[in-house]
Amino acid sequence: MILIVAEHAGGKLAKATLEMVTAARAVLESGGGREGPVTVLVLGQNVAEVANAAAAVADQVLVADLPGLATYTAETWAAATAQIAGEGEAHTVVIGGSRSGREYAPRVAVKLDAPYLEDAIRLTANGDTLQAQRYTYLARVTETVEAGGPVVVVTVKPGSFAAAAPLPTPGEQYDVELDLPAPRVEVTGRSVEKTSRVALTEADVIVTGGRGVGNSENFSAYVEGLADRIGAGVGATRAVVDAGWRPYAEQVGQTGKTVQPKAYVALGVSGAVQHLSGMGKSRYIVAINKDAEAPIFKVADYGIVGDVNQIVPALIEAAGK
Amino acid sequence: MKILTLVRQVPDAEARVKINAGAVDLEGTTLVIDGMDEYGVEEALRLRESGANVEEIVALAVGPKRVEDALRTALAMGVDRAIHVETDEKLDPIALSRVVAQVAQAEGAGLILVGGQEADWDSQALGAATAERLGWPQLTWTNELKVEGETLTGRHDVDDGNESFRAPLPAVVTTQQGLNEPRYPTLPNIMKAKRKELRKDDLGGYGTQPTVRVVNAEIQTRARLNRMIDGKDPQAAAAQLLDLLRNEAKVLA
Ligand SMILES: Cc1cc2nc3c(=O)[nH]c(=O)nc-3n(C[C@H](O)[C@H](O)[C@H](O)COP(=O)(O)OP(=O)(O)OC[C@H]3O[C@@H](n4cnc5c(N)ncnc54)[C@H](O)[C@@H]3O)c2cc1C
Repeated sequence: MILIVAEHAGGKLAKATLEMVTAARAVLESGGGREGPVTVLVLGQNVAEVANAAAAVADQVLVADLPGLATYTAETWAAATAQIAGEGEAHTVVIGGSRSGREYAPRVAVKLDAPYLEDAIRLTANGDTLQAQRYTYLARVTETVEAGGPVVVVTVKPGSFAAAAPLPTPGEQYDVELDLPAPRVEVTGRSVEKTSRVALTEADVIVTGGRGVGNSENFSAYVEGLADRIGAGVGATRAVVDAGWRPYAEQVGQTGKTVQPKAYVALGVSGAVQHLSGMGKSRYIVAINKDAEAPIFKVADYGIVGDVNQIVPALIEAAGK
Repeated sequence: MKILTLVRQVPDAEARVKINAGAVDLEGTTLVIDGMDEYGVEEALRLRESGANVEEIVALAVGPKRVEDALRTALAMGVDRAIHVETDEKLDPIALSRVVAQVAQAEGAGLILVGGQEADWDSQALGAATAERLGWPQLTWTNELKVEGETLTGRHDVDDGNESFRAPLPAVVTTQQGLNEPRYPTLPNIMKAKRKELRKDDLGGYGTQPTVRVVNAEIQTRARLNRMIDGKDPQAAAAQLLDLLRNEAKVLA
C-alpha cells in the first residue's frame, strides 16, 4: 500500500492532504509496479471529521484517534507513522512538506531504514526505484533524484500537485491502535500567528512589502491597503520581520514560507536570493522599487522604477475604480 | 557537556550556480561555511560564554579536502577542535546522519547543533535523522536557546507560529537566522586557530553509503517578461500596470 499521513489543523483536512493523494496516484499510475490501495493515516484526537474528509478521496483511511496524539510532536508522529507503515507493509510513505512534515519524516525514514526523498514537486515510480524532482540551491536548480528499496519515504512540496477530487464511493475507515513513546519535548508556550486574510500558501495574489516601504505604518497603508483592494494575501521580507513591523507568519523566503501565487507584487523589496527562493516560482512577478538596479527586476514580469510612496497610493486609487 | 557543531560548505549565496553535464558544477565557485551552520557555531560559543557548563566545542565536517576551510573558519570563530571525515562521496542527509551520530557517540556529545536548512541541497533532514539515530529529541528552527543543567529551554518556529519548549539533554537543535549574529574571526584568532587540532578521519569506518542518487540537475529558467513601466508619472504607471495585470496577464479581475 501507499501510505499518506494526513495534514490537518483546527479539525479540518488540509488541502496539502488532497495534493498528497494526487502525488500518490501519480506514483501508482506511472507503471513502476508500486500498487495501491491509497491509504490515508489520520493521527490526532477528535478527528472524525478529518477522517470523513480523507475517506472522500482515499481508498481507505486508518484512524488513530488517541489522547496521546492530541498535539503534534516529531517523536510521536514518527513512531506512529513508522509503526503503521511497517505493519501495513507500505512501499511508499507520503508526508506533507510542511515545516512539521519535514521535521518528522526523516525520523520515519531512519526507523524504517528507508531512503528519503524530500520536498518532491513531481514523483514517478520505475520498478524498484522512485524518482522525484525537487528544488535545490535556494530553489535555483531543479534536481531529479531517485532512491530504491522496499520502502521509500517522501515529502511533497505544498502547492506542487493538484488537489484530488472526491471518489464515487468513499473509502472504508478502520481504527488503529498504536504504541506511542512519551514525548520528551514539552511545549511551555505557544504563539499562533493568525491573519484574517487569505493564507499565503493558498492566495492567488500576494502583495509583499520590504524594507523599502519605510516603516510599519506605511506597511499597513501601502501593503495591506493594496492587498485589501485587490483581494490578496500579505507577505513580508525577513528584513521587515526582523524589524518587528510584521509577524513571522508573513515572511516569504528560505526561512519563511514558499509561495507560488498567480501574481506576486513586491513593494520595496530588493530581491535577495533567500527571498527569491520563496517566491521565484510565482507565475507573474511585479516589482516596484526606486533602484533600477535592484535584483528583483531581473525576475520581474512587470517592473516600475519609482517611489512606493507615490506609486502605491496611485495604484490603490486606480484599483478602486 | 560537549557540544558538537556541524559545519557544511556551500556556494556563497550570491555566487552563480553552474550546471555541467546534468550536475551542479562548483569549479571556480566561492565556497563558504553554510550560514545556517554558522548560527550553530556561534550559539555553541554563546552558550559557553553565558555560563553554561560547556566542556568542549567540537566542529565536524564531512566532505572533500576543501571542506577544511569551513572547519578553519569555525576554529577561528572559537571552537576548540575540529574533525574532518574526508570523502569525495556525496552523502544525502540520511546517509550523513550515520556519520554524525557515530561521531557524537564517540565524542560523548550532549548537544548537537546543525543548520535548519542546507543552502545547497535545500534539505532540512539532517538534524532529525541524526536525532532519530541517537534516540534523542530534536528542536528544529530554533531562534532562542538556553541550557540549564541537563535541560534545554528556548523557542522555535512551528507550522503556524512559534512555541516555547523545554527538553532534556542530550538533544539535537537545528539553527536558523535570528538565533544570533555570528561573529567574524579576528586576525589573532585566525592565527590561534592554526595551532588547534584538526583531526582527519576516513569515511570507511562509518559503514554508510548514499541512499539517494542525483540523476539530473537543471537551472531554473523561467522566462520573465521584464517589461518596465516608467514611474515618473505615478498615476499613468499605476493605470498601465493594472491594465497589464487585468488584460495581458489576466491575474486580476
Ligand atoms: C540564512 C539566511 C536566511 C534568510 N532568509 C530570508 C527569508 O526567508 N526571507 C527574506 O526575505 N530574506 C531572508 N534573508 C535575508 C535576505 O538576505 C535579505 O536581507 C532580505 O530579503 C532583504 O529584505 P528587503 O528586500 O526588505 O530589504 P533591503 O535589502 O533593505 O531592500 C530594500 C529595497 O527597497 C528599495 N527601496 C527603498 N526605499 C524605497 C522607496 N521609497 N520606494 C521604492 N523602493 C524603495 C531599495 O532600493 C531596496 O532595493 C535571509 C538571510 C540569511 C543569511
